[in-house]
Amino acid sequence: MKEVILTPKERPDVPLEAEVITPDEFAGRDPEEILSLTVHEGNRERELGDFFDLEGRPGDSADQTRIIIDDDVDHVKLIGHRMTAGEIIIEGNAGRHTGAQMRGGRLVIHGHADDWLGREMRGGEILVEGNAGNYVGATYRGEWRGMSGGRIHVKGDAGHEIGEWMSDGRIIIEGNAGIMTGIHMQGGQILIQGDCGARPGAEMENGTIIVQGRAEDILPSFRYQGTETDPTDETPGEYHLFQGDYANGPDVKGKLYLNAALNDVPR
Amino acid sequence: MTKELLIKNACVYDPLNGIEGEVMDLGVKDGKIVDPSEIDESKAKVIDAEGRLTMAGAIDIHAHVAGPKVNIGRIFRPEDSRRLQVALKKLGPRSGTGFSVPSTTLTGYMYAQMGYTTVMEAATPPLMTRHTHEEIRDTPILDQGAYTLMANNWILYEYIKEGELEKAAAFAAWLLRATRGYVIKMVNPGGTEAWGWGENVHSLDDPVPYFELTPAEIYRNYAQINELLGLPHSIHIHPNLLGEPGNYEITLGSWDAVRDAGVDPDPQLGDREQIVHNTHVQFHAYGGDSWATFESRAEDIAKYLNRHPEVTVDLGVVTLDETTTMTADGPLEWELHELTGFKWANCDVEVETGSGVVPFIYSPKNPVHSVQWAIGLEIALLTENPWQIVISTDHPNGGPFHRYPRIMTWLMSEPYRQEWIERVHDWVGQRAILPTIDREYTWTDLAITTRAAPAKMLGLSDRIGHLGEGAYAHIAIYDIKPDEVDPSRDYAEVERALEQAWLVVKDGQIVVQEGVVVHEVTGRTYWVDVKVPEDLMEEVQRDLETKFRRYYSVNLGNYQVQPEYLPREERIEIDARDRF
Repeated sequence: MKEVILTPKERPDVPLEAEVITPDEFAGRDPEEILSLTVHEGNRERELGDFFDLEGRPGDSADQTRIIIDDDVDHVKLIGHRMTAGEIIIEGNAGRHTGAQMRGGRLVIHGHADDWLGREMRGGEILVEGNAGNYVGATYRGEWRGMSGGRIHVKGDAGHEIGEWMSDGRIIIEGNAGIMTGIHMQGGQILIQGDCGARPGAEMENGTIIVQGRAEDILPSFRYQGTETDPTDETPGEYHLFQGDYANGPDVKGKLYLNAALNDVPR
Repeated sequence: MTKELLIKNACVYDPLNGIEGEVMDLGVKDGKIVDPSEIDESKAKVIDAEGRLTMAGAIDIHAHVAGPKVNIGRIFRPEDSRRLQVALKKLGPRSGTGFSVPSTTLTGYMYAQMGYTTVMEAATPPLMTRHTHEEIRDTPILDQGAYTLMANNWILYEYIKEGELEKAAAFAAWLLRATRGYVIKMVNPGGTEAWGWGENVHSLDDPVPYFELTPAEIYRNYAQINELLGLPHSIHIHPNLLGEPGNYEITLGSWDAVRDAGVDPDPQLGDREQIVHNTHVQFHAYGGDSWATFESRAEDIAKYLNRHPEVTVDLGVVTLDETTTMTADGPLEWELHELTGFKWANCDVEVETGSGVVPFIYSPKNPVHSVQWAIGLEIALLTENPWQIVISTDHPNGGPFHRYPRIMTWLMSEPYRQEWIERVHDWVGQRAILPTIDREYTWTDLAITTRAAPAKMLGLSDRIGHLGEGAYAHIAIYDIKPDEVDPSRDYAEVERALEQAWLVVKDGQIVVQEGVVVHEVTGRTYWVDVKVPEDLMEEVQRDLETKFRRYYSVNLGNYQVQPEYLPREERIEIDARDRF
């Protein structure tokens, strides 16, 4: 695999939209061509080279290309947008919409990730060493089709409404998550290894949420199904199982598992 | 401003003037078509069409493009805006968004891009019609008119129940004036009113709660009112039970009910031959008694049309896209919401109508959707007389209007249809007969079903839908030469050409060049101003004062659309005083 190293230089006042930073766009291009790719600074068209220095060369195809960004790029949106293969490694913090609509490949963020990480993701893998913002693996405003494949692993905490409208794939949060985890969820699995904010699974119709820590305010429209032991291989122990969200009709199949040692059954 | 225009070597299809593919010159002066000899070539802008396909500006007889429910569609579907985003100067001077519910600007641009110059807004709730006219004003280029919803109106129902047909007619005339409307539009007669009680009507003899009128009686009376007033268009109906398996019977029954009214077409303007126009007929041509037994009844519909030239239709073709459904048929939208689980907007418009909006995804893999797709095309191909047919999708209900070129090409190319038949569900081979139909529309058929026929049905064929002298200079030229292409074989080329007109002239001004809007003009708003006997109108006015106090939350004086809302009105004046 060949490597391209991007070093951020000028930091614009408004966030930079740089959906061209993907192995798919870089592959097979000369460094000069890559630096002349279009990015948007507000409503102005600029070149990638105005904001980044570049070293190395990409591979001939996306899966032969690794992009390393060696500093914080929390002011850059849409890195890895629609990438299908290859790797992106961000040594610092990442901006909003990183890995949005990603279809394949691997994206590693050594710092923190901002909101909308892996929005509408379809495939591939995202790993965040730090924390992630709100709407991890969610969908966009007004849209009702969210993450449908792939895997997002956050080693720190995550914000609110993660996995919104998710229909397949997996989200793992090693730390805590905010409110309304898995809102409108239609499928897939969310695993919260820490604690979880209020109303997990609100309006979910299918899929699984597992909370290994404490969860706040389980909605009254969830029905208690009793306890279950070892719901998955990775989550040993006793869990309370709730099904819901019956606010959405009588045929909902959403499963919400709460660690029985840490959570009471609400009356 | 171009004052004079000379278009040379245009290959003209103009069915209203009997012209079929004749290469000729067209003169344009002061916004109208004139004899080319009247044009002074030294002053005029001269364009050589080099034998390209040339027709009058196309006419959409039924589309939901302006007004409150269209805007609800835009507001509650940000995901639709996201799907189609057109930046500044890409398609025209301004930007716009929206795939199935585009913004007003984009609506004007995309229609003009296809060579459409007249688009009738299919349904306006009278109480909210200011909004409709505001959006019409906001839509560039297109001439428009608003169809006034009347089929669930308490005041009309009361007059009809009391046997006061003349007063009902006078009130209909008042309502057209109050709303600056063009047509008596009938949506699910009785059903939308019943929906106010959470009900619907299920047959032509099913009485409306409280009023005890049946849909059959409503059709008969409204058809009589329409011909008594001598309106340019006939009643424009969306029958009961839209979209339900087995509904073809109530559709044919509705046409029978209109024929039972015993009226002949009697317009004071134009020479339409129909007494009823059934819109989006595809949605009303279903057999079976459940989704499991769902099938096409296009043959029955076409057979009826072939026997009865007094009935006309537009197609309402399903284009197998993700779209937004919107209609004044409130109960239908509830059923769609229950069927799909998608978000739902509902509105009861006091005293007069209601509406609903629900997104919908038509999929080629879905057996029912595939059969729906076939039905629209079947009706177009099995109906012998193209003058009874207008191409439409009931935008955005069957699909967005910018798919019209694809529908035209499906109709013109049997191989193109076969290509799609292979992509859609097998039911099309079992529950529909589209695969066995080999008819292909000619260029003339196309010109009829997109220009000449809708102009005639609307009573406007003296001014639009053709390229004869005196017609408004609405001209669409496409980058295709009819003597060099075979639409049956070269369907991809035809579809591309129809999507992006080479040149569009609107009111004598060049508005589109090579598929891009280069100039915006203000469209006119057609409306019908009918004079009825003064003493009758006075009586109705007195009744209205009482009825408005009793029923409406607004005052009579605040109800009527002020002239300021129509910056370029085209008032169709009709004197019906001696018809009463």
